Amino acid sequence: MELEVVRQTADAAGGFPWLSAVTWLPMLGALLLMAVPRENTGLLKGLTLAWTVAIFGLSLGLLSGFDGLNGGFQLVESKPWIEAFGIRYAVGVDGISLYLVLLSTFLTPLIILGSWTAIEKRVKEFLICFLVLETAMIGALVSLDIFLFYIFWELMLIPMYLLIGVWGGTNRIQATIKFFLYTAVGSLLMLAAIFYMYAQRPDGSAPTFLLTDYYGMRFSLKEQGFLFGAFALAFAVKVPMFPFHTWLPRAHVEAPTAGSVVLAGVLLKMGTYGFVRFAMPLFPDAVQVAIPYIAGLAVIGIVYGALLALAQGDVKKLVAYSSVSHLGFVMLGLAALTPQGFEGAVLQMINHGISTGALFLLVGVIYERRHTRNMADFGGLSRVMPWFAVIFMIVTLSSIALPGTNGFVGEFLVFMGAFVSDGPYDLRWYVAVGATGVILGAFYMLWMFQRVMFGPKNPKNDGMRDLSKREWTVLAPLVVAIFALGVFPNFILKNIHPSVDRAIQLSTASVLRDDDAEGKATIEALQKRKEARKAEGRAPATAAEGAR
Amino acid sequence: MQHDIPIHWIVLLPLLGSAINGLFGRRWSESTIAGIACAAVFIPFLLSVEVFYTLMTLPEGVERVIHPAPLFEWFASGGLSIPLGFAIDPLTSVFLLVITGVGFLIHVYSSGYMHGDSGFFKFYSYLNLFMFSMLMLVMGENLLLMFVGWEGVGLCSYLLIGYYYDDHANADAGKKAFITNRVGDFGFLLGIFFILYALSTQGVGLTLNFAELKELAPHLGGYATIIGLLLFVGAAGKSAQIPLYVWLPDAMAGPTPVSALIHAATMVTAGIYMVARMGFIYAQSPVAMTVVASVGALTALFAATIGLVQNDIKKVLAYSTVSQLGFMFMGVGVGAFSAGLFHVVTHAFFKACLFLGAGSVIHALHHEQDIRRMGGLFKKLPITAWTFLISTLAIAGFPFLSGFFSKDEILWKAFSNQQTLIPGWVFWLVGVVAAMCTAFYMVRLFCLTFLGEYRGGAAHGHGHDDHGHGHDDHGHGHDDHGHGHHGIHESPWVMTLPLVVLAALAAVGGLLGLPHWLFHAPNLFHHWLEPVFAGVGGLKFTDNTALELGLMAVAVGLAALSGFLAYRFYAGASQNVPGKLAAQFAGVHRVLLNKYYVDELYKKVIVEPTKSVARFCWRVIDDGLIDGLLVNGTAAVVGIAGRLTRAFTTGDVQRYAAAMFVGLFILVVYWLAG
Repeated sequence: MELEVVRQTADAAGGFPWLSAVTWLPMLGALLLMAVPRENTGLLKGLTLAWTVAIFGLSLGLLSGFDGLNGGFQLVESKPWIEAFGIRYAVGVDGISLYLVLLSTFLTPLIILGSWTAIEKRVKEFLICFLVLETAMIGALVSLDIFLFYIFWELMLIPMYLLIGVWGGTNRIQATIKFFLYTAVGSLLMLAAIFYMYAQRPDGSAPTFLLTDYYGMRFSLKEQGFLFGAFALAFAVKVPMFPFHTWLPRAHVEAPTAGSVVLAGVLLKMGTYGFVRFAMPLFPDAVQVAIPYIAGLAVIGIVYGALLALAQGDVKKLVAYSSVSHLGFVMLGLAALTPQGFEGAVLQMINHGISTGALFLLVGVIYERRHTRNMADFGGLSRVMPWFAVIFMIVTLSSIALPGTNGFVGEFLVFMGAFVSDGPYDLRWYVAVGATGVILGAFYMLWMFQRVMFGPKNPKNDGMRDLSKREWTVLAPLVVAIFALGVFPNFILKNIHPSVDRAIQLSTASVLRDDDAEGKATIEALQKRKEARKAEGRAPATAAEGAR
Repeated sequence: MQHDIPIHWIVLLPLLGSAINGLFGRRWSESTIAGIACAAVFIPFLLSVEVFYTLMTLPEGVERVIHPAPLFEWFASGGLSIPLGFAIDPLTSVFLLVITGVGFLIHVYSSGYMHGDSGFFKFYSYLNLFMFSMLMLVMGENLLLMFVGWEGVGLCSYLLIGYYYDDHANADAGKKAFITNRVGDFGFLLGIFFILYALSTQGVGLTLNFAELKELAPHLGGYATIIGLLLFVGAAGKSAQIPLYVWLPDAMAGPTPVSALIHAATMVTAGIYMVARMGFIYAQSPVAMTVVASVGALTALFAATIGLVQNDIKKVLAYSTVSQLGFMFMGVGVGAFSAGLFHVVTHAFFKACLFLGAGSVIHALHHEQDIRRMGGLFKKLPITAWTFLISTLAIAGFPFLSGFFSKDEILWKAFSNQQTLIPGWVFWLVGVVAAMCTAFYMVRLFCLTFLGEYRGGAAHGHGHDDHGHGHDDHGHGHDDHGHGHHGIHESPWVMTLPLVVLAALAAVGGLLGLPHWLFHAPNLFHHWLEPVFAGVGGLKFTDNTALELGLMAVAVGLAALSGFLAYRFYAGASQNVPGKLAAQFAGVHRVLLNKYYVDELYKKVIVEPTKSVARFCWRVIDDGLIDGLLVNGTAAVVGIAGRLTRAFTTGDVQRYAAAMFVGLFILVVYWLAG
């Protein structure tokens, strides 16, 4: 049935290919920009801004065509592309990808406006890079064909490589090579896994790369282990999960503000999204076995990232390591395999995009004025830039998940989802350790805030302007989003319940091949463990009633 | 039951006030700002009175609770729904009156105290935001909304402690408060998770609604101890109990009205509110109750001993607050919920009055806080002195003032309780010693501040000021009076009026909870809260009026004796004794003066190691091992392999020929040898 839906053409969505429009319009914009003379930077920037704002407006239209009660893919467009291999141009969204698409279209114009003055050389190429990147990101999020996904996935690398390599800081070349190679190595293994899956199709079946055709496809546990490992490695590098994270702080430090925002805001989510969409639902039995490792690395990432953030003197590096910690929350939520855990994880993907994106923009604001990001060079900024201080405080609170800001509900659901998880593994200790991230998070964020904003005025900062009108325009939407999602998270949650239920169902239903006796024994042992845990959980209350 | 009181406005008005002043107040006059902020608290106060009256006049048999439909569903996920709704039962109504009533008085007082401060609008914006959070904390109908308020008050506390942030010491104090509270919140959150875990294993449906949880309490039985202990970690953080009390004395870096409102009367009592609200959990676990009561008793004594020797007027009051909070936990810990809560109320009156009085003194002395440089202020500041005296007597437990009734009730209940695993008389004994210390340090404080001769002279300056920096652009309102001795005079009426009201309440507030032996009058307070704790069964106390009276006489006598000693030592004939004692027991004195070196211990054992581990992780593990060895090492291996293979692919035909020749030679030799 799933298959049928995806094979339909765009007719269902009223004929207009909404998703394709949102995906390809940025690329079209890039082509248009080529016709504008490079000297006219004002026109270039103005056009790009207007274009990306319009795309954001258009993407909001996706919400009206989306049915929140349906957990399947919607707004589907599917056309044959390379028929010999069954490769199709198939795109569609469910609740999970929908909001990540919106996050991408929301952040892009803010980034363009945010780097209005910061980018001085090769403005035209910069803007073109960005538009291409937007198409690649959205494309990767909406692809329902694995091959198509892979193309968009790799396409993201190129503009990002250029963003850091051309417009970056002093050590940009080293950072960008590390970023590129690290990500590419992971991706190549995934490509090999994709081809293996293609080759393992049942004999006589039509060639296909449609993701939905592979959901439920049977593999032995051993095969799943290798395939899951290949996919998971590609995604784990992107997330980044401990210990594959060392490219991230280097890339962030060298990247221009725009690069950091898009990297933290959207690109990292591609890793976690990859787990939700590909690695976990495709190989559910391997997931069952891997849960303690995923959760373990997630928890290590939370604590380790927070500790490293604590040790930093460079604001940007601190934010970079805090991302390692925050993405650890997301992975813990996914490992829970409970509705709360998954929904919390999805919320946290969006929240992290907003609050960390805002943090990088704020760092950019002071970097533009002082050309340093070292906390020791600041101090007492609150007196010089009072409104900047207010916004910075709000974003800081969002980052440490104060209730009322966007971060809280996601973090709560992640922890709760993992805590009440009734799978074979007891994740309560993982939560207990991971939740220390709540304490450490407050520690490094408030310490950073104090070093930059409080204390005696540093005379070097006299005369720093408070936020300009342009900077206000960039930050205000993010602040609104922080509070709006903090108070009305249901706006998102209500539309993702069915999608999450479906993702969990796929990620937990065994797809073992019938002849895989060894695999069956392993999975059955896990099932027994799960039953035992259930019985154990019931016991304490029974004992207490007996004592009464 | 239909109630048309818009109770959500009790919560939302202060939020509105905070937003208005925060966004637009920068350009407004002080009176406009203060007017808006005070109105945003006074209207909720009136509404609270109306709510109280409505609850009181409900016919018998009707459940005493106002619980309108929630405003909206905050979020829902996987069978757990959290509505944004409010509920007021008798317990909440008591807190409402205290928070809005005392809060309003302090709002009024602040307009005098903060006069001339450059951040006047910001101060009131924070103060209103605090009221919003605190009201959310007590009015939320479920545990998660309580947590929202809980974190919110923590934020406001952080912002207001670090209000004079130009000095890193103040910013440090704010940060310390926030992070210590986060340690507590970590426990609170795990407690919530355990509740949900317990419910999920019992298959009874997930909820955090208080009323529903109370119904489901038997299902939580097996987890009552762990839930109770984890929640108490949260309570110990917010209400400054051992081992998380360390932030509260430092919190005195904030403006004095903040110390009165947040760090004495309201926020710090949130932990007691929480334990009382979750009483149905604690009642199921003697272990948890014993821990709560023991930590409370220990804290009461521990903090009181530190208070004996402190020289900063606000520090003495801060340790006193920690100690009194310990008394309250001792009360709720032994299962005497209404006794503990009664002390919350009376303490709000006398401690707010004491802090505001201290503020009045500090204000008059231009930010002098060291009591060694005070003295003789009775005549100069008569209203402050009289109200301070009344509150001092009240906290010391002088018969028939409010503190006497509430403290006595806690001591007796602790003695007579039958639930804790440690016998009740132990708690009673610790409590009585703590009460003796209380009487001593309070009388000492009063004597050194108000009696004797003025010792400040011209030497007093800005050595211990808690502001100073806020006045860069505006002169302080009283600076024109100069800094001399003759410049000391009573504070304006906006400051003294709240003092008078609070002193009156501190004097007569005890009438709300008369013990049954006195005229056999009904204990109104106990009666009022009865419906809240009616379902919390199984709590037993021995009944013995004669013993109760006897123990009370002993306690009062000992406290009076210690108060009298303090008077002799600091204002009477034996003023040389404290110095001699300090010299005789120099070690003990030093330990007390340095607060048992707990701050230093935490710094050495927790803070510094954390930072060291962080640096180690960064330099050694991350840069060295993971990135240096593994990542770059892999790259290096690939590089070396590349360089090696490059030697074979030079494109040099002669070299290829040479290699072929050598290979052929080896093969031939191999064959021949084989």
